[in-house]
Amino acid sequence: MKVRRPKLTFLDRLYLPQILAGMWRTLKHIPRKKFTRQYPEEKLKLLGKYRGAPVLVRNQDGQVKCVSCQLCEFVCPPKAIRLFPGQRDANAPAEAKIEKEPEDFVIDMTRCIYCGQCEEVCPEQAIFLKKDFAVTGYTRAELQFHKDKLLELGGVHDAPICKWKKK
Amino acid sequence: MQLDAVIWEWIFVGIRILAIFVITFAIVPYTVMAERWICAAMQDRIGPNRTGWFGLMQPWADALKLFLKEDFVPNHVRKAYYILAPTLVFLPALLTMALMPWGSNLGPMSCVLADIGPGMLVVFAVGAFSVYGIVLAGWSSNSKYPFIGGVRSAAQLISYEVCIGLSLVAIFMQTQTLNLTQTVLYQAANGWLVWQQPLAAFLFLICMFAETNRAPFDFPEAEQELVSGYNIEYGSLKFGLFFLGEYANMMVASMLLVTLFLGGWSLPFAPFNAPALVWWVGAAHVAIFIAKTACVLFLFIWVRWTVPRFRYDQFMALGWKVLFPLALLNILITAVVLGLRGGA
Repeated sequence: MKVRRPKLTFLDRLYLPQILAGMWRTLKHIPRKKFTRQYPEEKLKLLGKYRGAPVLVRNQDGQVKCVSCQLCEFVCPPKAIRLFPGQRDANAPAEAKIEKEPEDFVIDMTRCIYCGQCEEVCPEQAIFLKKDFAVTGYTRAELQFHKDKLLELGGVHDAPICKWKKK
Repeated sequence: MQLDAVIWEWIFVGIRILAIFVITFAIVPYTVMAERWICAAMQDRIGPNRTGWFGLMQPWADALKLFLKEDFVPNHVRKAYYILAPTLVFLPALLTMALMPWGSNLGPMSCVLADIGPGMLVVFAVGAFSVYGIVLAGWSSNSKYPFIGGVRSAAQLISYEVCIGLSLVAIFMQTQTLNLTQTVLYQAANGWLVWQQPLAAFLFLICMFAETNRAPFDFPEAEQELVSGYNIEYGSLKFGLFFLGEYANMMVASMLLVTLFLGGWSLPFAPFNAPALVWWVGAAHVAIFIAKTACVLFLFIWVRWTVPRFRYDQFMALGWKVLFPLALLNILITAVVLGLRGGA
């Protein structure tokens, strides 16, 4: 193939028309709509599959969904999850049909890489990655999210399937 | 009676010195601010808007930050020159500010601090010192990138300083004066020189971009090539002085352009086309001068955020092979026209 080299005209070689065109271009941009988002006041619009901080959820009856199977702890690539299995509270309603519940569930947010594998592996749909991305704290201890905090962040999960109801 | 006049003269001098300081230190930070806003707008961003009202306190916050930083001097520098260099960049800008005719007169007070006969020559003699500052900074830093920056600055100086001088010779031929006030008076009476000497104005503008080390001719700094050029080894207030110097130089360049080509404080209709007789016209003259300067500053910023940096050898070629002959040609044309008119 023959590549044609354009012959530069006198005006091209003068370079000035191009500069003026460029200046006209930048001038036109001044009144345009700005792309900047005023972050803390104006939240970012996140996509549906955005993976933020992991949280624990309760079911519609207010029960902790986690049954401390420890799959998430096992699968967690950065070893951010530590799970302490325990017995469910004795005065829990009998229809809950679940015996185990984590005594404590710790996610080290300084280690978490937001990969979502815990959510993926969970057989009980008890852990989810929410859209919160600004996980901050003044100390390392503050960034160890314990069970209470995780449940508070998670709230109630309105799952259409209530697996243990029909057992 | 005689003593009274002398005292008044001293008071006027004091007022003008104070005014120059205040205006310089008030306008320069806001030039930086304007630059950040305008470049943001050109790139579809918003720019600094958090500090103070609409971000108006931002330059002072930046200045405070520089002020509070540790004044660190690296071990490998040549200390005396290293400390001297930032001053040499900033001082000329402040000195040349004294020669600028800010306005005609405010009541009995003239608005020029130093109305020197060969004012133009003084401006360039002093103004050239800022290049010494950069060269000295590059050399005394004793480090490779600043050194390259300094050398580039020196090479840049010899290629454009000639052209500045020659482009202005045509002006002097026409106005018959080196005095800046007289030049403005000439323009007030005969129309702005930019219409009569467009080529000289254009050459002067290009050379001013080079003189102030701004894009597209910001070779001594050239962030992408030399990290940040001559001022790498500087920090704290010394860096601040370089920064202030750069923008003060830009302001001086704008004022020079306004004074020499855009009619200074005058507007081409009465009562603004003659020295003020009443105080409000005098005040208007000062406002006109500042407004014109602001427009030229906008042009400087606008060009910086549009035109990419020249390649270094291209700029040298431009300086010697294009601007220099054009300046000579302009002198020739001016001489012929003046000769045919039978003036001069």
